Amino acid sequence: MSHANQNEHPNITLKDLKPFYGSFQAVYPVNSIFKARSITAIIGPSGCGKSTVLRCINRMHEVVPGARVEGQVLLGDQDVYSHTIKPQAVRRRIGMVFQQPNPLRQLSIFENVAVGLRLDGMSKADVNVRVEESLRSAALWDEVKDKLNHSGLALSGGQQQRLCIARAIALRPSVLLFDEPCSALDPISTLKIEELLVELKQQFTIVIVTHNMQQAARISDHTLVFLVERINDVHRGVLVEEGETSQIFTSPQDERTTDYISGRVG
Amino acid sequence: MPQDTQQLTTWQYIQRRTQHGDVFFWFITLSFALAVVGLVAVIGFVIWNGSELARERFGLSALFQDGWNPIRGNFGALPAVYGTLVSSMIALCLAGPFGVLIGVFLTELCPQWLKTPLSFFVELLAAIPSVVYGLWGVFVFAPFFRDHVAIPLANSVGQVFPLLGGTVTAGRSLMVTGIILAIMILPTIAAISRDVIAVVPNHQREAMLAVGATRWEVIWKAVLPYARAGIIGGMMLGLGRALGETMAALMIVGGQKSRVPESLLEPGITAAALIASELPNANDFLHESMLIFMAFVLFGITLILNGIARMLVWYSARGPVGSIRA
Amino acid sequence: MISQASNYRRRAIVDQIMRGMAILATIVALIPLFLIIGYVIVRGGSSFSIAFFTEAYRAPIALGDDIRSPGGVLHGIVGTILITGLATLIAMPVGIMAGIFLAEYPSNSVAMTVRFCTDVLSAAPSIIVGVVAYTLIVRTTGAFAGYIGSIALAVLMIPIITRTTEEILKLVPQTVREASMALGAPKWWRTLTVVLPAALGAIVTGVMLAFARAAGETAPLILTVLGNNNLSYNLMAPIAALPLLTYRYTEQPFPVLNDLAWGTALVLTLMVLLVNISVRVATRNRLR
Repeated sequence: MSHANQNEHPNITLKDLKPFYGSFQAVYPVNSIFKARSITAIIGPSGCGKSTVLRCINRMHEVVPGARVEGQVLLGDQDVYSHTIKPQAVRRRIGMVFQQPNPLRQLSIFENVAVGLRLDGMSKADVNVRVEESLRSAALWDEVKDKLNHSGLALSGGQQQRLCIARAIALRPSVLLFDEPCSALDPISTLKIEELLVELKQQFTIVIVTHNMQQAARISDHTLVFLVERINDVHRGVLVEEGETSQIFTSPQDERTTDYISGRVG
Repeated sequence: MPQDTQQLTTWQYIQRRTQHGDVFFWFITLSFALAVVGLVAVIGFVIWNGSELARERFGLSALFQDGWNPIRGNFGALPAVYGTLVSSMIALCLAGPFGVLIGVFLTELCPQWLKTPLSFFVELLAAIPSVVYGLWGVFVFAPFFRDHVAIPLANSVGQVFPLLGGTVTAGRSLMVTGIILAIMILPTIAAISRDVIAVVPNHQREAMLAVGATRWEVIWKAVLPYARAGIIGGMMLGLGRALGETMAALMIVGGQKSRVPESLLEPGITAAALIASELPNANDFLHESMLIFMAFVLFGITLILNGIARMLVWYSARGPVGSIRA
Repeated sequence: MISQASNYRRRAIVDQIMRGMAILATIVALIPLFLIIGYVIVRGGSSFSIAFFTEAYRAPIALGDDIRSPGGVLHGIVGTILITGLATLIAMPVGIMAGIFLAEYPSNSVAMTVRFCTDVLSAAPSIIVGVVAYTLIVRTTGAFAGYIGSIALAVLMIPIITRTTEEILKLVPQTVREASMALGAPKWWRTLTVVLPAALGAIVTGVMLAFARAAGETAPLILTVLGNNNLSYNLMAPIAALPLLTYRYTEQPFPVLNDLAWGTALVLTLMVLLVNISVRVATRNRLR
């Protein structure tokens, strides 16, 4: 793989990543590599810190008052927590889609996709091109091309979520993070999003947090299993196992994973 | 089981004895509730009835005629209408932006430890009687404003713009009234802005953050647009308060009733102040009726403003409209 | 690689400036508010004396160039307590009962109308209520009197009490209601013995807030109570009131009387602060 290529499709490396809320360390140190052009799923029961870890990757964790991070997150070979790098720049390279579809309420469908581009002061013509391209990539163009000026809220939940995906894609990031993107959606919309994710992994490094093990099994290449460890009433997330998805779901190495997957805990 | 039966029969006993209790209870509370409705009806009726003479003699056109002189029978209310509108608009223009910025500060930027005391302080200020603001205006602010702002302003800019010119004599003027009114309605606007901004869902902020927006861009492009209706509602509530404010205006506006002042730095009059100062010693029925007519118009305007404002705030606080239609 | 957008510097500066503006605006806006409280405390406090609280008005007397007023504002304190006290007695039953009605029979067209009317009352400028009281009572009876002021203030208090009562009663947990409903208790019994006692403290604070607000109202009093220089306990005649004194003494040419205006303003302000702070302290634990 050439150097340029590696830049475009970088791996993500977590090195001793420790998310804190104030003085409380929410998760035991995480070390892992998320491979480019693949989907990595993070699964685990609620409260295991899987969303927290995800939000550390694009520096969204630190917007919570008192929250901070120790350790490193490498995009390619660059530490996103380096002092020379602004969190805003990180978030443009590492897009994020949230649990609840969150189109900006006051903006039209078009403007919802363009909003990130406008921050950059991109020219009008370029914005038009990029919005169409992004909506096509998000498999939404045919459904909305006649009503680009309508409110994003007029769309169904699934469409709204794809609109949010288009908003993230518009910035041409290398990585897309998904924080339980289907938990607010019906099964048919969920299926559509899953198909879309599999298509998008050709272009992006994708990390998805999900509480739905079937979903992880269906679409991901790699899986990380987080569980909650309780010591003296202190609950802390811990990465118990990671590996190829097929291996995790068929022959997990860790007993706790087996218990979790078979539904005995969580 | 036997105990339960015992209890049940006790209650049945009580219920039998108070068979009509619920109906009676309903009737009593209903009559007090209807008393509230009755009060509004009485208020409406009295000012409608009391203003009849003026309405028939002059109609609305009296509100737009200059020259108020009850002794000579001139009832042109334009000075009061003008003074009310101008002082309230000055108040709104000053307190609006400041109030919203305070709301933004309290919800988005303020350190956690400062939030509660500062919010409480702002709320306290809304509770201070208006006569206290008036007192401070008369003895502290008006003289200060005359010496350090009004006179220099009238001597420089005022030479070109008559609206800021004229001869500044007393400290009392429409401008000073507007500023004091601004201070008075600031807590209202700030508190409502804070409330409607606080209910902006976090996912709207995250949406902006995730595309690489700065804190201010999040506020400007996600938070404020989302809360816009409620903020406008808060400003309208503030405006309503300024329009109807009596004491501060009565004490500071200067009581120049006979004509519309050419300059904002000259004394003027507001409708509420005019009513308060002349109604208790009105010359005749027509004079009295004209003052009640102004009260009627003032009442109508504040009601409409408040109605719209409440709808906007309610709409804004209700949250996203149909956010998910999966 | 991660690269800054070309205009990031400009955006970062705008961000800093605007955040600074919001902080600055808050500070600037709070300055006059601090000044007002500061002036009232300092100037008002310096006019406090024993006579201030124990004497009624006495005409200023000139000793050479020195003009003194040996009097105080006892008549105002007494008047405000009497007027606002009577207003509370009038407003409390109406407000609380109407509030109970709204909470217990919340969804019918009557309740909607009542709610609308409380909104109208709370939106009405206080001068309007004064005008109505003047036209309806002062003009018919031909005399200003303290009780007319009480009626006007009561009208201003009713919407506050009604709304607090309604909101507080709605907060009483449904389980509390159900517990007594399961026993077959009638609605009125449940409301009077279970729901109302549970909410009593909060309703009292609502009444206190309404009292504090009414005690500072001035405009309606100008049109109904008129004022009185002597100590009087008669609500059937013109009577003094603290906010009226603040207003009238402000208009007086004698600095000694102006000082009394600051004093009365401080009394009013302290009362408002005291009520609000004690309500805050009392409700803080309950709300959590």
